[in-house]
Amino acid sequence: MREADAIVVGGGLHGCSAALQLALRGRRVVVLERRHVGRHASGINAGGVRTLGRDLAEVPLSVLGMAHWHGIRELVGDDCGFTACRQVKVAETPAELSALERRAQAVRRLGYDHERVVDAHELRRLVPAVAGHCVGALVADGDGAADPYRTTHAFAARARAAGAQVVEGAAVTGLDWRHGAWVVATTAGTWRAGAVVNAAGAWAGRLAALAGDDFPLTTRASMMIVTERMPPFVVPVVSAAGRALSFKQSASGTVIIGGGQQGRADLDREQAWVNVSNLARSAQAAAALFPAMREARVVRAWCGIEAQTPDRLPVIGHSTRAPGLVHVFGFSGHGFQLGPVCGLAVADLVLAGGTALPVAPFSPARFAAAAAA
Amino acid sequence: MKRDFDFVVVGGGPAGLAAAVQARSLGLSVALVDEQPAPGGQIYRAVERAEAEGRAAALGADYRDGLALVRAFRDCGAVHFASRQVWQVEPEGRVFATDGRESIVLRGSRILVAVGALERPVPIRGWTLPGVMTVGAAQVLHKSIGLLPSPGVWIAGSGPLVLHFAAEVVAAGGRLAGILDTARGGLPEAAIANAAGMLRGWRYLARGLGYLAALRQADVRRVTGVEAVEAVGEGRIARVRWRVNGAWNEAPAEGLLLHEGVIPSTHMTFALGCAHDWDDAQRCFRPRTDDFGATDVEAILVAGDCGGIGGARVAECQGRLAAIGAATALGRLPVPERERLARPAREALARHRAIRGFLDALYAPPPELLAPPDDVIVCRCESITAGRIREAVALGCRGPNQVKSFTRCGMGPCQGRLCGPTVTGTIAAELGVPPAQAGAFRVRPPLKPVRLGELAALAEPGEGA
Amino acid sequence: MRIDSMFLKPPETADAVTVEVEGRPVVVPRGASAAAAALIAGLASTRASPVTGEPRAPYCMMGACFECLLVIDDEPSQQGCLVTVRPGMRIRRQEGAREL
Repeated sequence: MREADAIVVGGGLHGCSAALQLALRGRRVVVLERRHVGRHASGINAGGVRTLGRDLAEVPLSVLGMAHWHGIRELVGDDCGFTACRQVKVAETPAELSALERRAQAVRRLGYDHERVVDAHELRRLVPAVAGHCVGALVADGDGAADPYRTTHAFAARARAAGAQVVEGAAVTGLDWRHGAWVVATTAGTWRAGAVVNAAGAWAGRLAALAGDDFPLTTRASMMIVTERMPPFVVPVVSAAGRALSFKQSASGTVIIGGGQQGRADLDREQAWVNVSNLARSAQAAAALFPAMREARVVRAWCGIEAQTPDRLPVIGHSTRAPGLVHVFGFSGHGFQLGPVCGLAVADLVLAGGTALPVAPFSPARFAAAAAA
Repeated sequence: MKRDFDFVVVGGGPAGLAAAVQARSLGLSVALVDEQPAPGGQIYRAVERAEAEGRAAALGADYRDGLALVRAFRDCGAVHFASRQVWQVEPEGRVFATDGRESIVLRGSRILVAVGALERPVPIRGWTLPGVMTVGAAQVLHKSIGLLPSPGVWIAGSGPLVLHFAAEVVAAGGRLAGILDTARGGLPEAAIANAAGMLRGWRYLARGLGYLAALRQADVRRVTGVEAVEAVGEGRIARVRWRVNGAWNEAPAEGLLLHEGVIPSTHMTFALGCAHDWDDAQRCFRPRTDDFGATDVEAILVAGDCGGIGGARVAECQGRLAAIGAATALGRLPVPERERLARPAREALARHRAIRGFLDALYAPPPELLAPPDDVIVCRCESITAGRIREAVALGCRGPNQVKSFTRCGMGPCQGRLCGPTVTGTIAAELGVPPAQAGAFRVRPPLKPVRLGELAALAEPGEGA
Repeated sequence: MRIDSMFLKPPETADAVTVEVEGRPVVVPRGASAAAAALIAGLASTRASPVTGEPRAPYCMMGACFECLLVIDDEPSQQGCLVTVRPGMRIRRQEGAREL
């Protein structure tokens, strides 16, 4: 049996980020990844780095997190393909624009000014290719996009360089609290540590269950589309107030269309299946905002699978019943941007039992309370 | 128009046609979807047209044999969706097919994947130069519209098709610059001489000898023992180089036709999530099936070369068996009846398969094709070299999907069809593991690029704007 | 742009079709694919790689390789080997990434 100070289960962005922060604070940390780093949602999401339009409960953490993206090279030694290209949420009707204005006011009341409303003229300056009927937008100028696979690997590489061990091909088969420490059995050996971080993504509910924690999770299989290469025509990441859409052009010229339309996940086979009927709605949304895209050819579609909570807010914090177990999962389709900052929060939670970072709204206790009620 | 069928066949080659005819005779409703305008597949491509124009006989008796099957299909009552590319098949039985402007959705209780083979990619130096094509490509042009290569065109490679096509060109009055024979399993002559025990496959062997005689008679230059081939030119092939006994030779070339055998087209079955096995004799992956072509995905069956290379006759038998198996699975044919009907097809299958192991050994691809030198382009779409793949392996990639994420290899419009086998081979060689362990690309829909507007049109009315 | 084709002039048929390849009329057999028409016309290459700009031309003619992407009747990114010619069809090279 191998010993560590902390065991992180899951080699996605959140697992690698937590491992990095624990290693930087001198702890012996091991990441146990069933397949390979970035295999699921972390490696294949749409790569949006977004504070824009987040649930108000997430805004404080997300805004703090944005600073880490702007200094991502200092953090992990690689720019992760991050560009602060803006995020723009388009309103297609005056009613949608009013709703965006109310939203911006709500954010300002919290003391934040990262979201601004722009009119049709300014929208067209930022996104010249947008459809003529669009009337305005909500804009976050510091937002952008990054390469998710490269990002996850950069965090894994920096964690390794800081002394963390990242073990690929280690699927957890048992989790037991014995004599004051966790014993984690895997297909690649057994580890023992005082702390375990549950960053197991879509499978986090199953890992939690091994420790006796029960969360009301569902599985998201958010679909994405990528087109053939196109000449550069849109810089910001574009979403829509009235549609499930995220739209961005990559550096290679391909256009990536997401927005949360759902495929079908199979957790047992670790696979996900595209649902063409739902995918068609993503295509329809993209074509509505960018009519010229109708003629573009779709080259590939895929799903990233992830855990979703009933309130669509993540679970970040100590287990209410198991000692030394910190959960960080359930990002419900928008966890990528939070990856760097959550690593700090999780390291605080593991080492100090608490954190000054604004993660209180994400306490696992909110579900324990619901279950008890 | 009717969109729901008992049996939907994807592919109009011998396997698909035979399956459609058999399924109709068992009372199943059948649709057949195919990329080509007319039934026949690659092997019997445009056979009705060639016959009508009086060209079919010159293309060989085996080619002309396809007419009977095509006519039986035309008469069987299956609905034929021609010139339609299938871009998505769902495990539950929905089939999406486009004519380039608009998609239709068919639904089948059982789906037969009979999409045939593709020529094994031949990643050599210069293979992306214009003027370098496959032998199969040239044969498509000959069969469909009677086009013949210029006399300055070379053929390089090995496999039954090389001699077959060269003989076809000569028989049609054409000429070739020469044949660079890369067969390693021994020269065809020698192998044929050693194959006395292969009596059951005598037809194949006699045919091979016939081709050689015809080529000798036409004075076609044939270089044997070729160890490596390269295409050279600026913006277009100008010369071909080849190595024999370690020494390089070269000659002017107006074109170069490559061929190193065929491999199953597994894109669709991989996308469906069917289990696949590595076939060590044929150096390729193929879907795992039972005797009736059923895969581990309930609604999905496989017949013909896409389930493992066997050729047209084998494909036809497998197509019949798949239709018989599907009828039983759908409760339309009792098991004893199934066994009675299956027997002749099974016997014919065994007969036609007899030669296969011999051919596989004779025409095994050279190892450098599966793991080419560093400077050779592997992924034509994204221009990724073998060296880049090796770098990704050195960085810790253990399979094609990680390599894809690291390098974009396999992310272009061909979706890894032309680089998949080489990526698997290069990783396996680099890590010293069997190809099965290195694995294959995960295949994502759409199987063929589809216009975004066409996809959008499939949204249910009333959804979105 | 034009070189001598690596294929011989196609057999003459009564029902041959005239198409336009890079603006020049070319007579091709009925039933030919657009990629075949480009080859008959003797185009040195049919597209430029969107990645490197290198010239490329049809390779497999069976719908697998996507090297024969052409602009056909103004619509880019068409697999030329799978499109049958129609009289008057306009076939052009595809230069790099398709246009929007």
